Amino acid sequence: MNVKFINPFLDATLYVLKTMASIEPVPGKPYLKKDNLARGDVSGIIGFTGAVTGSMALSFSERCILNIVSNILGETMREINGEIEDAVGEITNMVSGVARKDLESLGLSISAAIPTVISGKNHSISHIVSAPSIIIPFETQEGPFVVDVSIKEK
Amino acid sequence: MDFDKKMRILVVDDFATMRKVIRNLLSQIGYQEVIEAEDGVSALRELRSQKIDFIISDWNMPNMSGIDFLKAVRADSKFSSIPFLMVTAESLKDNVVEAVKAGVSNYIVKPFTAEVLNKKIEKIIEKMKG
Repeated sequence: MNVKFINPFLDATLYVLKTMASIEPVPGKPYLKKDNLARGDVSGIIGFTGAVTGSMALSFSERCILNIVSNILGETMREINGEIEDAVGEITNMVSGVARKDLESLGLSISAAIPTVISGKNHSISHIVSAPSIIIPFETQEGPFVVDVSIKEK
Repeated sequence: MDFDKKMRILVVDDFATMRKVIRNLLSQIGYQEVIEAEDGVSALRELRSQKIDFIISDWNMPNMSGIDFLKAVRADSKFSSIPFLMVTAESLKDNVVEAVKAGVSNYIVKPFTAEVLNKKIEKIIEKMKG
């Protein structure tokens, strides 16, 4: 996967979480992921078509997503439930939208599908493209999450 | 139509969380009369059953998308003059052009703050009054 795809997703994630949840995660060093195991307890996945083929997943640790959604809704969330999954889908949708807008400025017009959400310990992520995905790790005060991107330019 | 803080706003989004977020943001800027619908089909049902002064609708929804809902609203003389603010994660050029052609009053890109939402609503209302 071309490294030019990393920054739009990194920047979009920071922007969405700051605007929606007043949270400023600290990004770590991106690395290649060769298995399909999710790096979190709940994941939102969205597929892309157009100038690229691929998908992006956001995988949150439980404590991290409970804190994020508590901030977004202004009420304390205590467990991963339908409301949390709903919020993960929406966050995934927004990160995808902001990143795609950024990629459009590079001449890549990309459409996205409606996100799906999977939760549970040790769930797997099935990307559309079979090549290894790139993990962009983030740390928050309430635990880690990752952006997991696998994109192939047409 | 009443364009003040008491106006009744229909919020359409398939994500319950986003409806709640928009409801919270509207409350912060003084709008308390909020009706929710989860897609274009149920939104049309709400429009037929009560007086709605303003519509805030998501773009990407199953059953009936925001753009199809907008076209249905503009095609019905009973609702065609209701201000329509499209909420979208899509600020892509083609989508904006399509929404403008279909008669959208304005659009707002997710994520957004209460302040940005307020400015968009006020801008639409000023235009309607002007």
